[in-house]
Amino acid sequence: MEHSPRHTIVFTVVLCVVFSVIVSSVAVGLKDRQDENVRLDRIKNVLGVAGLKEPDEKLDKEEMIARFESGLEPRVVDLATGEYVDDIDPLEYDQQKAKKDPELSRAVSPNPSKVRRVPNDVVVYLIHEEGKVTGVVLPIEGYGLWSTLYGYLALAADGNTVRGITYYSHGETPGLGGEVDNPRWKAKWAGRKVYDAAGNPQLHVKKGQAGPPSEDPFEVDGLSGASLTSKGVSNMLAFWMGRNGFAPYLAKFKQQGEQG
Amino acid sequence: MSKTSELVLDPLVDNNPIGLQILGICSALAVTTKLETAVVMTGAVLFVLVCSNVVISALRTQIPGSVRIIAQLTIIASLVMVADQFLRAFLYDISLQLYVFVGLIITNCILMGRAEAFAMQNKPWPAFLDAVGNAGGYGLVLVSVAFFRELLGSGKLFGVTIFQTVSEGGWYVPNGFMVLAPGAFILIGMFIWVVRSYRPEQVEEEFHVGALLEPGYQGDLR
Repeated sequence: MEHSPRHTIVFTVVLCVVFSVIVSSVAVGLKDRQDENVRLDRIKNVLGVAGLKEPDEKLDKEEMIARFESGLEPRVVDLATGEYVDDIDPLEYDQQKAKKDPELSRAVSPNPSKVRRVPNDVVVYLIHEEGKVTGVVLPIEGYGLWSTLYGYLALAADGNTVRGITYYSHGETPGLGGEVDNPRWKAKWAGRKVYDAAGNPQLHVKKGQAGPPSEDPFEVDGLSGASLTSKGVSNMLAFWMGRNGFAPYLAKFKQQGEQG
Repeated sequence: MSKTSELVLDPLVDNNPIGLQILGICSALAVTTKLETAVVMTGAVLFVLVCSNVVISALRTQIPGSVRIIAQLTIIASLVMVADQFLRAFLYDISLQLYVFVGLIITNCILMGRAEAFAMQNKPWPAFLDAVGNAGGYGLVLVSVAFFRELLGSGKLFGVTIFQTVSEGGWYVPNGFMVLAPGAFILIGMFIWVVRSYRPEQVEEEFHVGALLEPGYQGDLR
């Protein structure tokens, strides 16, 4: 059908305005619910990696928040010095946003994990059980095969023994690299050690199968069909457990554990 | 068969968008490792296709020919964003697995195909039925492929263990090939094979290049 140029322009403008109003009102209307979902998912992951929730345990929202508040204490840590920072509210602080702000982050030398900038401060979660600090949950991130993986690593009070690992966001191939989400694979991490006697980070994912933690303290089974994602996980651990990552903090964390 | 039911039923088997028209293949490979994602994806495509077909059909006399493709795309893309926002708000866990593919509904050829081929020429009610039929035909293939991929690839259906896998202490050795995209290719090929065995009229005329040179060649140049 033939239409005048005027009709074409009016039609296009009206169409664009109407549909942008629809899209933005839906996005704005659902934003609170979506943010809540993201927050709960994060809490679920932290609880899971800290061992405060069984992998197949289903908790409703209130139980999850209650368990989070009673068992975990968020603290802000200065990465370079490893000291706690008290003048930043950990519940308000957004580490991903800080990473993009040149004032709040610093560039790091090229590394296989493709972490280009690290924030000056990060949020860690101290695990409280029976009135004592029994461990800490550390945020980690790094490149796999297709995507950056974001997750948490939980260590025991010695700052060396792994309690658990989890990834809350990644875009790896489902069924292959995506198996980083597999609870059976994640269970293989518990009890492994991060640092050797000389204090160097050694924990990595090997090709093939690793023995029990007592025999192979620094190795975890590779993901079959996902060598590059496995390698990404190893690189990420090497970076975040190293001196640009949490090594200064963990040294202090361990001392505090021994004193208290 | 009445016109109404024909519009809905025809795309299910006789004119299936994946099986016969071979459209929407990429998402059919990507989201069919599990039944859950396949069902949610089908729902998202159903929603977008129904809304876009009805809206485009209602506007068909107003859409200027010179900008019709971009106008259709604007409508489809907006609806996809709306569907994506709803998934994130109400089915967060699944949206994490699907987020790329929901966005890619925009480029799913079935949507543009139905908009151009049907909605632009027909009234909203037939366009609605056509959308239901085509989304149903797409979903039928998605769900049947996902059924076999999840069952053979991980021994589960909707996440519930059917075959206890070896890694979980059972007897079933999962077929890793089914988890990979080529596994879906083979299954879709088999689906087409089965359909064409029952409906031989779908089989294209046999073709060889030499036929072009033969005198009196009557077939299509494909």
